[in-house]
Amino acid sequence: MVSRSTGTTTTRVIGIAAIAVLAWVVVSAFFITPADFQQGESVRIMYAHVPAAWIAYLAFITTGITSGISLARRHRTLGFDRVAGASAEVGVLFMGLALITGSLWGRLTWGTFWQWDPRLTTTLFLFVTYVGYLAVRNIDGDPHRRAKRSAILALLAVLEIPLVHFSVVLWRSLHQEASVLNPDGDVRLDDMMLFTLFSGVVGFTLVFVWMVIHRQRLATLRDLQQGVGLDAAIAARRNEGAAIAGGGQ
Amino acid sequence: MKQALVVARKDLLVEFRARLLLVRVIPFALLVLVLFAVALDSEPLILRAASGLVWLTMLFSTLLLVQRTYDVETQDAALEVLLTSAVEPVNVFFGKLFAAFVQLLVLSVLLVFGAIVLYGATVSGSNVVLLVTIVVSAAWGLASVGTLYGAVVANMNGRDSLLALLALPVLAPLLIGASRATEAAFGSQTIDTASGWAWVALLAVFAVVFSAAGAAAFGALMEPEA
Amino acid sequence: MQPVTTNDTAIRLNDAVVALGGFPALAGASVSVGRGELVALRGANGTGKSTLLRLCAGLVPLTRGSAQVFDVNLADDRASVRRHVGLLGHRNGLYDELTSRENVEFTARLVGAHTRDVEDALARLRIDSRVASTRTRALSAGQRRRTALASLVVRRAQLWLLDEPHAGLDAAARDELDVILLEATSSGATVLYTTHETDRPGRAVPRTLLLAGGVVASDSPRQS
Repeated sequence: MVSRSTGTTTTRVIGIAAIAVLAWVVVSAFFITPADFQQGESVRIMYAHVPAAWIAYLAFITTGITSGISLARRHRTLGFDRVAGASAEVGVLFMGLALITGSLWGRLTWGTFWQWDPRLTTTLFLFVTYVGYLAVRNIDGDPHRRAKRSAILALLAVLEIPLVHFSVVLWRSLHQEASVLNPDGDVRLDDMMLFTLFSGVVGFTLVFVWMVIHRQRLATLRDLQQGVGLDAAIAARRNEGAAIAGGGQ
Repeated sequence: MKQALVVARKDLLVEFRARLLLVRVIPFALLVLVLFAVALDSEPLILRAASGLVWLTMLFSTLLLVQRTYDVETQDAALEVLLTSAVEPVNVFFGKLFAAFVQLLVLSVLLVFGAIVLYGATVSGSNVVLLVTIVVSAAWGLASVGTLYGAVVANMNGRDSLLALLALPVLAPLLIGASRATEAAFGSQTIDTASGWAWVALLAVFAVVFSAAGAAAFGALMEPEA
Repeated sequence: MQPVTTNDTAIRLNDAVVALGGFPALAGASVSVGRGELVALRGANGTGKSTLLRLCAGLVPLTRGSAQVFDVNLADDRASVRRHVGLLGHRNGLYDELTSRENVEFTARLVGAHTRDVEDALARLRIDSRVASTRTRALSAGQRRRTALASLVVRRAQLWLLDEPHAGLDAAARDELDVILLEATSSGATVLYTTHETDRPGRAVPRTLLLAGGVVASDSPRQS
């Protein structure tokens, strides 16, 4: 019997832990940690921005690795493909979050929403690349075929990102402009701030794991449901044949 | 290798007959060059942007060409016949790549001339070698990425917008590299010839990486949609 | 069904299921075809004939069951089967901008056949020099079909898979097609084709599989 829910004890524990850690982060970020002497209150965006960016990169590394495994394994299991897809979905979500919080923070500290510095630019291209990856994943078709195609796309993205990063670094280094305020370097972090940041990373990682497990199980259930539907469809199709052929074989 | 040439010859013959490059892509590209000039509306600004505009136009033209080359294969299911013709997929890839390369080469030479005529860009004699190397390596890079990602979307609905979404981010390093290198070849003050050659090295690496990736992945991508 | 040793078997399907977008186009087909056999597939529209051909061509994935073509397991490897297959699908697979001869020449160059073979194939399908040098987009449906058949002839595949090859041809071309298919089998190729043709008196009736509801409903042997 297939369970109707994608939750298990493990995911419940992870979920509750995530809520607990994030509640602490919220309290600490808003009330316990001090404001920055230069940036003032706006430094508090950091506690959401840095963990979100970290999760985004973690997600795309996960997608890259699981796609590689899925392509290398000859046999027709879709587990790694589902994890790759789930991780990319969550990664795009967090990268969107990182880009939004980052540009808000940028507006407050630099006075502009966007700076063409190498890290930001690479991140933006990474974001667009994985949006494209998800668009291709969403196209219906044979799941094995989709798994193969998606895995190839994910590995091509792994090739693409260093090239993008390298070319953007070279591009910026040749165009010397006013040096960009580096948000991480400029903030002097005390122990409490570091601990809050660390808690944020832990909390977001728990959320990431929780979401990927659920999305992955949902994809499995969807495939199972299709399989159940297929049995019924095969039976119906054979009956239709038997009626026409008057008894079949 | 021989099969790749047969495929390339076929693609070029189809193109020669249909004259798509001549009647649609080239006018489109030149029109874009003119429109950029109108939009920027300042001669020093246009001259400074010339190289970037040339390669941005090349990016969009590549999308047009690639869509066409796969339309030809899918409209009468010729791709299925190709797949079942004892042809190694890697030969189909290089054949199509080569045909696209030839067309993109023609187009980029025209656009560079367009920049010289319309934007007043200048090339000194010593920079001609640099410019030729840029055009050849960038056209090869464009052709390999186009042929590779064209194969990804070849059998899909809504493939035109999908191709742009997938291929344009990948082409970003090529756009940056070719624009900066061409800027150097046009004798800009902000970038010298030596850095121009550094960018050409990036273009060459890019072309090699995506040719190799395409050769490896093309077989798996060319599965027909059931 | 006669027992055949593995080496003589071209196609062996066992309970093969092919699901296309969740619909089982083949719903458990079982059949075994020997090398050099000529087999006609019959059945109403939508009974799975085309899907069976496309499965054997390695073009659609096997969802369940087992399928072997020339001892290659289609569940593991569909690509290597395609090397041996010559396919004539619903659509002709021609390039509109090329002439009839250029289309056939393209196939010939790919498989390394001679120019002479191209001329022979064109002549056999009664494609005269005027038609041969006309772009295929300007040809009639029957002429396009004959061009595609000429390509198939120069292809010299081991396994011929033809989806309604007779459709759209005139009586003379249909007769010639039957001769071509028989010749192919006598040179060792295996030929499967789908058809809605009614049997013509005085003709040998090949082995005929009747498909219904995505399965092979009956299998009648060859009658001379």
